[in-house]
Amino acid sequence: MTNGWVDIKNADVILVMGGNPAENHPCGFKWTVEAKRTRNAKLVVVDPRFTRTASVADVYAPIRPGTDIAFLNGLIRYALQTGRYHEEYVRIHTSGPYIVGDKYAFEDGLFSGFDPAQAEYDKSAWAYRADPKTKAYQVDPTMKHPRCTLQLLKKHVERYTPEMVERICGTPKDQFLKVAEVVTSTGNAQRVGTITYALGWTQHSVGVQMIRAAATLQLLLGNVGRPGGGVNAMRGHSNIQGSTDLAGVFDNLTGYLATPRGELTDLKTYLKAETPTTLNGAPWPTMNYWSNYPKFMVSLLKELYGDAATKENDWGYQWLAKVDGNYSWLYIYDDMYRGSSQRAGGTEPGPEGLLTFGFNPVGVGPNTSKIINALSKLKFLVVGDNYQIETATFWKAPKEYGGPDSSQIKTEVFQLPCSGFAETDGSFTNSARWLQWKWKALDPPGQAKTDQEVLARIFLAVRDLYRKEGGALPEQVLNVSWNYTDPVNPDLGEVLKEINGKAVTDLKDKDGKVIKRAGQQLDGFSQLQDDGSTSCGCWIHSGVYTEAGNNAARRGTQDPTGLGMHPDWAFSWPANRRILYNRASADAQGRPWDPTRPGIAWNGKLWVGDVPDILPNSPPGQYGAFIMNPEGVGRLFTPSLNDGPFAEHYEATEAAIENPLHPKVTSSPVTVRFHSNKDVYGTRDQFPVVCTTYRLTEMYHYWTHHTNELNQLQPGFFIEIPEELAREKGITNGSRARVTSARGSIEGVAMVTRRLRQLTIDGKRVWHIGFPLHWGYEGDPKHVGPLANFLTPSAMDPNTWTPEFKTFLVRLEKAS
Amino acid sequence: MKRRMFLKGAAAAGAAVGIGFDMSRARAEMRQFKIARTTETRSICPYCAVACGVIIHTLGDKAKNVRPTVVHVEGDPDAPTNRGTLCPKGATLKYDIDNPNRILTPKVRRPGSDHWEEISWDEAVQGIARHIKSTRDRTFVAKNAKGQTVNRTPGLAVVGGCTDTNEFNFLQWKFISALGVAYRDSQARV
Repeated sequence: MTNGWVDIKNADVILVMGGNPAENHPCGFKWTVEAKRTRNAKLVVVDPRFTRTASVADVYAPIRPGTDIAFLNGLIRYALQTGRYHEEYVRIHTSGPYIVGDKYAFEDGLFSGFDPAQAEYDKSAWAYRADPKTKAYQVDPTMKHPRCTLQLLKKHVERYTPEMVERICGTPKDQFLKVAEVVTSTGNAQRVGTITYALGWTQHSVGVQMIRAAATLQLLLGNVGRPGGGVNAMRGHSNIQGSTDLAGVFDNLTGYLATPRGELTDLKTYLKAETPTTLNGAPWPTMNYWSNYPKFMVSLLKELYGDAATKENDWGYQWLAKVDGNYSWLYIYDDMYRGSSQRAGGTEPGPEGLLTFGFNPVGVGPNTSKIINALSKLKFLVVGDNYQIETATFWKAPKEYGGPDSSQIKTEVFQLPCSGFAETDGSFTNSARWLQWKWKALDPPGQAKTDQEVLARIFLAVRDLYRKEGGALPEQVLNVSWNYTDPVNPDLGEVLKEINGKAVTDLKDKDGKVIKRAGQQLDGFSQLQDDGSTSCGCWIHSGVYTEAGNNAARRGTQDPTGLGMHPDWAFSWPANRRILYNRASADAQGRPWDPTRPGIAWNGKLWVGDVPDILPNSPPGQYGAFIMNPEGVGRLFTPSLNDGPFAEHYEATEAAIENPLHPKVTSSPVTVRFHSNKDVYGTRDQFPVVCTTYRLTEMYHYWTHHTNELNQLQPGFFIEIPEELAREKGITNGSRARVTSARGSIEGVAMVTRRLRQLTIDGKRVWHIGFPLHWGYEGDPKHVGPLANFLTPSAMDPNTWTPEFKTFLVRLEKAS
Repeated sequence: MKRRMFLKGAAAAGAAVGIGFDMSRARAEMRQFKIARTTETRSICPYCAVACGVIIHTLGDKAKNVRPTVVHVEGDPDAPTNRGTLCPKGATLKYDIDNPNRILTPKVRRPGSDHWEEISWDEAVQGIARHIKSTRDRTFVAKNAKGQTVNRTPGLAVVGGCTDTNEFNFLQWKFISALGVAYRDSQARV
């Protein structure tokens, strides 16, 4: 989230798309209700289903799953055509005035730079126009230049008329216009709107572009950086934000530093490739905060390798594993299944051993059958969990999932009992980027151990083997620092201190005065150095554990601004800032757009209010608001994404219709399909029904079907079917129905409903259905159910490589 | 029927049959709150990313190796986001902590087998460490096909962490780095 849960109470308009907070984030949704109650805010819900969020909306519009970009581009068009956008904000805080180079074009569904052989774009075709001599970028403050990003955007969305939105999304034109009017009512200084979304946006082959379109709309309306505004991801797990921040995905080290690639053979080359240079010619210079990249990286290496990291050995950079190509979720199982992968022009083995902690790949999917068959090829599997999850018993999965017989599976499987949340201390980072400390209430039951102890024991045992026996590059194993008071069961407070960072040698200011003695905790990331004098496990979290103590454990409930920032509660990264890009909450002179809801304000000497994004004493006009971008402004045009600088509507990988905008390019031209015999994709003639999946309030992922009290509330799997479709198929409420995709087939109780309706898409009748995803073959035998992801495809977004769980094609029939 | 009405009815029935002793003193004595003597521990709900503050109430004499009993879990009224409220999942957290389906011992399923065998922690840890070492040594790629130093172990994959603490995630990353694992991912992606 750019903002936070409580901040939603400051909004005048709340647009919910790709999420259902009333049911899936109930205690966060209260702040939407609060905004409605105290500010007369309007709640707008756009969703395939008439959810319980929709039931309290002021405006609800139905939409076909996966078509949100068409809807959002329709809103952008409406804002630009009617002038209902915040022009002054766009001029000073966005790339609206930036002029784009001559190579950029968009034609027949393809952006310029497309290479059909590789199915990739050459992104250099989308560069800004630069002066050949000075390299300065050109801007037109009047934003009238036909090649400025605002005018190009206007041209790009011209096609998304209300009629086209209706044709693609199935949203009746009058309902779309109602949404457009309410949402664009915030396109000015006086009003603010927020957008909240969840996995209904991220889990598409065009997921990133959906969020990109939302961000573009919010920038046009001047809603980013302001209390009550922002683009707010309602994340799905207690610490999914923390895991993302702390190198949870293969392409990131901690703090969004990039995992080094094979061609970046030494630290100097790596830092040169990853540190962005400040772009010239911006109306306001930018802080370009990523120019500090070397300080973050060297401090991280110093933390990881401790004394073994020296200037002479590039701080241990050589020991970091380098990647060549993609190692993300779907590739793990594809390479595991096939037993090899192509890397840098050579063949390498695929995974032969898998360790998983608090994670259930068989449930998570997609394409369960492929995952089960991939796991069957492993030499060993380690599952650390609280419950016996489906992954731990994949070798005895029901036959319908298509795995080999148990006797044929040579995998050695270890099931390790780990700790629940109450059985260990430590911090979780919520959607609002707050690191909140929790305290331990009791020990794990039976022989169960805390996850950190299990991990530490395995690590120390491996390290001992390398000490005794040597092996492949032992330095990589032996040089990782593990200096905990109890190495077998590391104290998590000590680990959080490492994450924060400390002075390795005395740290001096410009005048030679010692500001930190060696060994002292740092105050924040501004103290980091690239000479080995500081160590830091995750630069964005620096400030969480200072000499003052554990700031994640702070419990001050004060709210001095009344805006719900709660600066003394826990610690919000970065730098305890509660609203990101908060410089954009004020005008060119530093006056808040709305004095009743100030983010920060310039008092003549300092920025006051929230912790400012920019230097606290830098006068208005010195720095742009978007400090992480080399341009210093918010991007209306994004030359860095893999699938285009503007969001464009493409159908899902399994497309329900031909794309009405460009039939020759129906689905995104840069999405990847896999080619194993387990990767089959359905077509609309065989599988005419659009299907999506979702969560229920009473259930949590693949976890709570082990809790009997929740099984009583939601006893089992069901399929939600529109009334008219059910009638056509002879399916009655409570009877059994069967849903089949190209990959699998599942059966369940039919819930015949009016929450989903027939849609008219491009003149044709299209049905959509859905089902919740919480069940599996483990747990109480009375409450087992099919794995929803048996049906979902191995398709994914080309930027995040997040699978397309939320739109796929199926066939529906009455079960006998 | 509400519980209170049921009790009233039961008392009336008792009076009607005449149970032969004076109940008034017993009724006058205030009932002890279940949570009056509990230890309160501040925690965070482990489910969605609203991350509601919760208070875990446990009873026990705090003797070493004696596991206290969880008697109640409720929303933390001080937590700014949830202000004491919880959803149905949060409200049943007691039954997640104190759950008869929790697994309690390390187990192994041997290649080709159709059942689990219980093993000791030591056997499990040593067995896993041996697997890791032999897989790493066998599949380690020091240089890629282009001759660039890459120092990675394609034979190993590590996933998970989104329901675990930041600190565990950081330790897991150190572990991953020590083994040269390139195949690593989490629920943050999916």
